[in-house]
Amino acid sequence: MIKKILLYIFLIVTGLMMLAPFIWMLSASLMYDGHASTYPPRFIPDEFTLYQFESLFSRLNVARNLFNSLSLSIIVTLVSLFFNSMAGYAFAKYRFAGKDKLFSLLLSSMIIPAQVTMLPLFLMLKEMGFINTYMAIIIPGLANIFGIFLIRQYALSIPDSLIESARMDGATDFQIYRTIILPLCLPILITLAIFTFMGTWNDFLWPLIALTDSSMYTLPVALANLMGEHTKDPELMMAGSVITIVPILIVFLVLQKYYIKGIMLGGVKE
Amino acid sequence: MRENKVQIERKDFSSGISAAYFFLAPALISIFIFFFIPVIAAFIISFTDFDIYSLGNYNNLRFVGLKNYSDLLNNELFWISLKNTFYFVIVASPLSISVSLGAALILNSKVVKLKGIFRLAYFIPVVTTLVAVAIVWRFIYHPRFGILNYLLSFAGINPIDWLGDPFWAMPSIILMSIWKNFGYNMIIFIAGLQNIPEHLYEAAVLEGASGWQQFKKITLPMLAPTTVFISIITMIGNFQLFAEPYVMTQGGPLNKTLSVVQYMYQEGFRWWNMGYSASIAFVLFIIIFIGTMLQLRIQKQTA
Repeated sequence: MIKKILLYIFLIVTGLMMLAPFIWMLSASLMYDGHASTYPPRFIPDEFTLYQFESLFSRLNVARNLFNSLSLSIIVTLVSLFFNSMAGYAFAKYRFAGKDKLFSLLLSSMIIPAQVTMLPLFLMLKEMGFINTYMAIIIPGLANIFGIFLIRQYALSIPDSLIESARMDGATDFQIYRTIILPLCLPILITLAIFTFMGTWNDFLWPLIALTDSSMYTLPVALANLMGEHTKDPELMMAGSVITIVPILIVFLVLQKYYIKGIMLGGVKE
Repeated sequence: MRENKVQIERKDFSSGISAAYFFLAPALISIFIFFFIPVIAAFIISFTDFDIYSLGNYNNLRFVGLKNYSDLLNNELFWISLKNTFYFVIVASPLSISVSLGAALILNSKVVKLKGIFRLAYFIPVVTTLVAVAIVWRFIYHPRFGILNYLLSFAGINPIDWLGDPFWAMPSIILMSIWKNFGYNMIIFIAGLQNIPEHLYEAAVLEGASGWQQFKKITLPMLAPTTVFISIITMIGNFQLFAEPYVMTQGGPLNKTLSVVQYMYQEGFRWWNMGYSASIAFVLFIIIFIGTMLQLRIQKQTA
């Protein structure tokens, strides 16, 4: 019994430690300038204010960065979901020459770190006139190997008989994809959608390279940039962090079941 | 979507192949153009003197053989960044994996109720934006006003300038990164634990095996494939350390947190030494490749 109580105390204390940075972030974001820089530190604002959020939106134009992050995450998610699901379906359900070789080539190339591609990608997109535009973020995200892999694994379990009987009824390949495969793959599509959305939202190095104008920055890039000038303004920076974290947290909390399942699929299968 | 009508009208067996290519084309063409070609191009660029002058006019581009690589091996800053990155990988990866396993074991035990809530608390940092939490931690580590020093003061520990002290900067980044990431591997470990058949433990209990013996003789061996997978993805991720030092220390103090990726970024996108920078990227790739192969070999030998 005592062991059990100790275990719970341990879980509660460590759980609070995990959450403490977020609690402090939220609390400091609601303070006036300088009120978070005191000793001993304040955990609860002495006076609540939305002043920091106001100055982020009115003076520092964060709404624009929020809009960029949101649009880019949505566009990349939709387009890559479309591309990946088609390719995943083809790998799962069609027979063609060199299929297995092609698939294992794709899988083994996942070991190549993205950083290797960044210099030539930058030069290519610069030639195309896409640097500092949305296209610079969308193009490298059009399709990804992990997404194709996830959908293939899932689509393998769809019975061939379903596809064949639809074909008997005169459905075209694309109709089969749209009316049978996509609905049946919905759970894995949602999983992949969250992964892609969060990946795009949280991404830092590539947007830092490809977006050069502050009006084009995504939130993480804008935030890192702001940090350079506001190292002594924790209240303002915490408000910026809140704006960056809260949307992604909401997406996660609503769809966490699918996200957790995606991690397990990637981890257990391999 | 216009083209499909034309491409897939026939229902006979041979149409299957053209349909397959139709479905594969968008994804594979984009991966080929925007992933495979850049990899090859980076390899070629790493043997040239691509710099800001070539950026303006490609005619200024010259092949220089292995010069970038030999320059790299003679550059002190590169060795410093490599040392820092290895420090991070070698310390942070095993620590993070152990914490993940410990948390998974506790949250998987039958005694604990309300598992979902604790699991959520441990997991939430994983989904949050790295740049944002790095900024939060920068203030947590503040030498005068930070929470960490305040809490440590109760234990009688004098204030430490966590991110400003050459000795403490990297450990501080490691601590933050473990906090941020261990929840991910914890979830994979929980899935692995749930795949271990219950009767193995029942048999062990009948034979009088202690909890520790069960852990050593059943849990660890049964988890081995999961553990190898986790160590590989954790190692690969940790070798790519960038945002934490970029936001928290800018590579300082005294370059003690400068990572390989940050060095590559600076050389390539600050100073536009793109040939040199491409060679840094390839060295990183080779290191990651060797690391992965080593872990796979160790797994084969022990299995």
